[in-house]
Amino acid sequence: MRFSGLRVIKEGLTGNKGWSAHWRDASPKDAYDVVIIGGGGHGLSTAYYLAKEHGITNVAVLEKGYLGGGNVGRNTTIVRANYFLPGNSEFYSHSLKLWEGLEEDLNYNVMHSQRGQIVLFHSDGQRDAAIRRGNAMRNQGDDAELLSVAQLKRMVPYLDYDQARFPIYGGLLQRRAGTARHDAVAWGYARGASDRGVDLIQNCEVTGIDVENGHVTGVQTSRGAILAKKVALITAGRSSQTAAMAGMRLPIESHVLQAFVTEGLKPCIDHVISFGMGHFYISQSDKGGLVFGGDLDMYASYAARGNLPLVEHVMEAGMTLMPMIGQAKVLRSWGGIMDMSPDGSPIIDKTHIDGLYLNCGWCYGGFKAVPGSGHCMAHLVATGTPHKAAARLRLDRFKTGFGLMDEEGTGAQHNLH
Amino acid sequence: MRITCPICGERDRREFYYSGHAMALDRPTEDAGSDAWDDYLHNRDNTCGEMQDLWYHEMGCGAWVVVTRNTATHEVIATKLAEEAAS
Amino acid sequence: MRLEGQGLLDRSRRIGFSYDGRRYLGFSGDTLASALLANDIKVVGRSFKYHRPRGVFSAGSEEPNALVTLGHGPGQEPNARATMVELAEGLEAYSQNCWPNVDFDVMSVNDLFAPFLGAGFYYKTFMWPKAFWERIYEPVIRRAAGLGALSPEAARQKYDKAYTFCDLLVVGAGPAGLMAALSAAEAGADVILAEEDTRVGGRLNAEREEVEDQSGSAWVQKIFKRLCEMPNVRAMTRTAVVGAYDQGTYGALERMAPEVAARSGAPKATFWRIVARRSILAAGALERPIAFQNNDRPGIMMAGALRAYVNRWRVCPGQRVAVFANSDAGHRTVADLQAAGVHVAALIDVRPEAECTLGIPFYPGAQVSNTEGRRALEAITIKQDGDVEKIQADCLAMSGGWNPSLHLSCHMGGRPVWDERIVAFVPADGTIPGMTVAGAAKGVFSTAGCLQSGVEAAQAVLDDLGIKRAKVSLPKAEDGSYEITPLWSVPGKGRAWLDFQNDVTVKDVTQAATENFRSVEHMKRYTTQGMAPDQGKNSNIAALAVLADSTGQGIPETGTTTYRPPFIPVPIAALGAGGQGKGFAPERFTTSHDRTIALGAPMIEAGLWYRPSYFPQVGETHWRQSCDREVRMVRDAVGVCDVSTLGKIDVQGPDAGAFLDFVYTGMMSTLKEGRVKYGLMLREDGHVMDDGTCARLGPDHFLVTTTTAAAGQVMRHLDFVQQAFCAKMAVRFVSVSEQWAQFAVAGPKSRTLLEDMLGQKLDDTTWPFMACGHVSIGDVPARLFRISFSGELAYELAVPARYGAALFDALLSRAEALEGGPYGMEALNVMRIEKGFITHAEIHGRVTALDIGMQGMMSRKKDFIGKTMAARPGLVDEAREQMVGLKPIGTVKQLISGAHLFNPDAEAQSENDQGYITSVGFSPELGHMIGLGFLKNGRARLGEQVRMVEHLNGISTLCEVVDPVQFDAKGGRMRG
Repeated sequence: MRFSGLRVIKEGLTGNKGWSAHWRDASPKDAYDVVIIGGGGHGLSTAYYLAKEHGITNVAVLEKGYLGGGNVGRNTTIVRANYFLPGNSEFYSHSLKLWEGLEEDLNYNVMHSQRGQIVLFHSDGQRDAAIRRGNAMRNQGDDAELLSVAQLKRMVPYLDYDQARFPIYGGLLQRRAGTARHDAVAWGYARGASDRGVDLIQNCEVTGIDVENGHVTGVQTSRGAILAKKVALITAGRSSQTAAMAGMRLPIESHVLQAFVTEGLKPCIDHVISFGMGHFYISQSDKGGLVFGGDLDMYASYAARGNLPLVEHVMEAGMTLMPMIGQAKVLRSWGGIMDMSPDGSPIIDKTHIDGLYLNCGWCYGGFKAVPGSGHCMAHLVATGTPHKAAARLRLDRFKTGFGLMDEEGTGAQHNLH
Repeated sequence: MRITCPICGERDRREFYYSGHAMALDRPTEDAGSDAWDDYLHNRDNTCGEMQDLWYHEMGCGAWVVVTRNTATHEVIATKLAEEAAS
Repeated sequence: MRLEGQGLLDRSRRIGFSYDGRRYLGFSGDTLASALLANDIKVVGRSFKYHRPRGVFSAGSEEPNALVTLGHGPGQEPNARATMVELAEGLEAYSQNCWPNVDFDVMSVNDLFAPFLGAGFYYKTFMWPKAFWERIYEPVIRRAAGLGALSPEAARQKYDKAYTFCDLLVVGAGPAGLMAALSAAEAGADVILAEEDTRVGGRLNAEREEVEDQSGSAWVQKIFKRLCEMPNVRAMTRTAVVGAYDQGTYGALERMAPEVAARSGAPKATFWRIVARRSILAAGALERPIAFQNNDRPGIMMAGALRAYVNRWRVCPGQRVAVFANSDAGHRTVADLQAAGVHVAALIDVRPEAECTLGIPFYPGAQVSNTEGRRALEAITIKQDGDVEKIQADCLAMSGGWNPSLHLSCHMGGRPVWDERIVAFVPADGTIPGMTVAGAAKGVFSTAGCLQSGVEAAQAVLDDLGIKRAKVSLPKAEDGSYEITPLWSVPGKGRAWLDFQNDVTVKDVTQAATENFRSVEHMKRYTTQGMAPDQGKNSNIAALAVLADSTGQGIPETGTTTYRPPFIPVPIAALGAGGQGKGFAPERFTTSHDRTIALGAPMIEAGLWYRPSYFPQVGETHWRQSCDREVRMVRDAVGVCDVSTLGKIDVQGPDAGAFLDFVYTGMMSTLKEGRVKYGLMLREDGHVMDDGTCARLGPDHFLVTTTTAAAGQVMRHLDFVQQAFCAKMAVRFVSVSEQWAQFAVAGPKSRTLLEDMLGQKLDDTTWPFMACGHVSIGDVPARLFRISFSGELAYELAVPARYGAALFDALLSRAEALEGGPYGMEALNVMRIEKGFITHAEIHGRVTALDIGMQGMMSRKKDFIGKTMAARPGLVDEAREQMVGLKPIGTVKQLISGAHLFNPDAEAQSENDQGYITSVGFSPELGHMIGLGFLKNGRARLGEQVRMVEHLNGISTLCEVVDPVQFDAKGGRMRG
């Protein structure tokens, strides 16, 4: 069924009886060309692009819970391409371009809104870093502008320019950055993949990965064995557990990242704003809630919930940066499980097992990567060669030291990125 | 979250700095080879459940503490000084 | 309408307040909601999507409809629950999410378009034309969405945060909580009793019920008095426990009473972190509505809330009240109304076998199927055995049963379990370590049962803590049974509301199921059910029951969504108390700070420290003038700079040298006493962590300096290396960064200055370059280091911090006598760039010793931290970016930090990127800008030309690649 305004009106006039399932719930077949483990944003987009770009439709997406139940359904919805190191630069640039055509492509309104992201800086050193970053973005063909304090005061007058502990020196603006409705991204890809013949199988937990003579042959699941010519592990948050089934030990440590939303408010924050002197980033959803977050809780965790020290730190950062939000009430806090890699950047690569592909290590940048990750992963799985936008996202870079993408410059400690 | 420093007693998590798995105490020798060093620095079991990690009582006595903890529940099971765990 | 009688009001104290600009009166003890109802105000809000008129619905923090804005201008509080707002003299409340006013709201036109605005409609439209989403559709949607408004201007309102500790935290002070607190306190436990309401008692304040042969509220006051007299009890009213966290930590929000908050310096609210060895959740239960057509009209409210308004606040929202229930709650409500003299129009009881002796029109086995009335309820339609009857009513009380208020028990991911006996979810055991659940929160609904449950829970806690129980007698109380016939929604056409706040109807949920949003999480996310300010406290269970019905699964199999903190919304200002303005991070000041400020130096942040940027002199109008002068001053005469912010770590012990050998790339154990060595520390991953000096002050005594930025990191690192790998070494160290004030005295006249001050010779024989030792200034012991960050003949002089300010003054006056003076960070930076000295602009965490040309400092004779991984092929690759000096040679003479480098003819694109600039400054000595940067294979390219491109400012210039040391390459000035 094609979605359109006309369709909404027609259905509205006829009692909304004509709507049907957005995707088919499939039962597992005995064998597939490709089995994707993980029905999150990245798994679903991989399935979609396998079908759409490569004509590979004999594909199953196996999801242990419900589709889109991982980090694609629990993030702060920010979409941007503002990295400065080779590898990240071209990859996120590629992903942002896919975002820009996503609604037409999927025929699903994911509410991608390029409202602009402003990363503030608070010292000369940070300004230099922002200039380096902004130039890397421009060199990559993406947009970036440097904002003076005077420009900032016009665009975002509600920041504390006078009293804040760390004065605002300026900002780096990417106009093409913004937000999207996170759940809709998962659903849109699910619908697109399902329409093209992909089997989406919920409540199907993978319990084993079958390997013979160095080749992957299939998976064991809570709903029986499934043969597969190729298997893609796309289970950020649980990457270490799924990879362990194939005997792999990954450069990943799982951490909790909390996020927050306030009660609905009339529009007050138009952009995505990021504080430079403490982790704090905020935007306002179309429903009116302020959506914001900060840094990791900093300890390894699978609990998908955090503790007060980080909660309070984030709120304090908000209060020093934009104290006008003080009377907004936090409605809900939640936590996601982050695949933290040793350089803070992701991995899309083959493994030492033939036919087994790995997509992990998204740290807390995974949401904006959903289209690019799926697109590049599908390319890798379909052709056996990396997509040029993801060729640097190699698993062996930590061992060799070639092409590390340590944007934070904090080194090989997983939680510091 | 509360952690018991073997020297100072039970303290709020705010007093501690976290640095990952306690395998960091088992430093390979200089010539252990690239696989051993890659494993040491990067690769992790990343257990969902009981594991041991390192916390530094930065706002207290400066002790590095090995905390036996459950990553699924955040239960703290035991703590001991890294100095003792390492020796 | 206000009823006769006392209730729990102080009728002697009238309170004036305003609502939407009109003045009204209420009584002390009123909430804004009860006062509005007493003034016959029916419409108190508009719904989120359809802008339907809505009235007061509950009497607690779960209120979905009566959300108002308090005050106006900076600090105004949007989305305040009128049911939780204490009436105070001068209170200003405004309706919100409506225009021009709450009674007539233009946006209510949305209601007419409801067929097109069903669940998830926006995912299916607004896609064409593409550009319209951001320009038209989204701005319109955003303007229509949202509830109240923040003021764009911040207020300076005081909020506090605090810690407290106890043996037992009791959450909720209803009958169960009171008895739990009393039982534990009598046994001697430290107890905190937290109650969200302004008064303890819970439902006992709202019901006509007797405990121990007195009114429930009188008994409550008696117990409360006793608790307040006990030194081991802290009874906190107006305190909502909002989150359960690890190891017995709870977050709680305490609102100050209006008269307290009004006091000077008093906070509006305090966010508590309560660390409790054990806790008892006695948060009661929340009554649940029934979905039927048009069940959202003003005048329709929960039966329990109506009893509270009648009994506690002596108000009744209508004059002809109908009651609709599926348990004895209906009969109880009717009896209370009758006792208050209110006319009851009908009792509609879902249970066919129910009987009624109350002498009112009674409809057993019946349901309310529809209602009428625009801005207030006028009539209801009753369906009974196929008959339909319409009766006049201006108030409808409904009760669909009770849901235990178990949210807190789920904050650590625990899932509740379904209890068929009460047709509700109850907390599972052990979901929060140390927490037990008592009373209605556990599904015990009679008063006697709650009292007993509280005692039992407390006794279990006492046993667990090893505290001897004390004897507590159980008061006599009502012990009725609880029998309900589940009814979630009344079948029929039209819209029947589940989530009042987000305008989610039964149809939305069934449509979601049709569209395959069949998992409870999918349904929630697709319909927005339960995502409004009440987080589904009123509606979630009914919604999932409707979903379960649609999918054919049972309710327990369908499960709940996840309850997450906070239990009630908490202002960011409370959670972030103290963060506003300068409070976000500590401020660190050097001992020379006051004098520096007095000299008019603009201060800049260096981590948490403040350091002077430059010291302007009369006639200087631009920082560059001051900076250039200070550079020349140091190069020609002498300058003084406070360098106390650098980290200083005092390392002592027989194995100190061996330990330092392991953390530095270079060899420190062979350093001679009285000598200083420059050192580099790597991270274990082979990249540079920090640089600094290491001075040997005695045979077993070293002083290590770090950069300002990395002082904490290095200390942490040394502690780790020592404890993890060198535990057996005889070495101890401590940070002395704050114990010593240290000043650089730099320039050709520095020797004269110091010789004069110290009264001793400091020539190249007694104090050669890189010498150190103990000196004294009068009686004050000091340390002198001949080290230089400026490239000049220079010393650093350190004294115990208490002498820092005096020494700075003394150094300045001596410097001025020699045509010198203080210099700031700008001049310091220019001079170090001239000399090619690095800071964290260069060692930014991604560079190796090789990258900065210090591969020679990597000792081959020993193992050290980072050695092995620094040898990874990718870290020793020739194509890596290496540090070089840069000077502009094109027509544009400007260099910009952060600009990227390209070959002169290459396009400025990523694939052609050759490097970037890290530091720039204007060298007054050289007469042009100079820079440091990183360039691919840079050391092999000295003399080549590269193009600097800076897109953001639109500047491009040709540069020559030069040695990083651009001034006094041989170092003669520094070495003397």
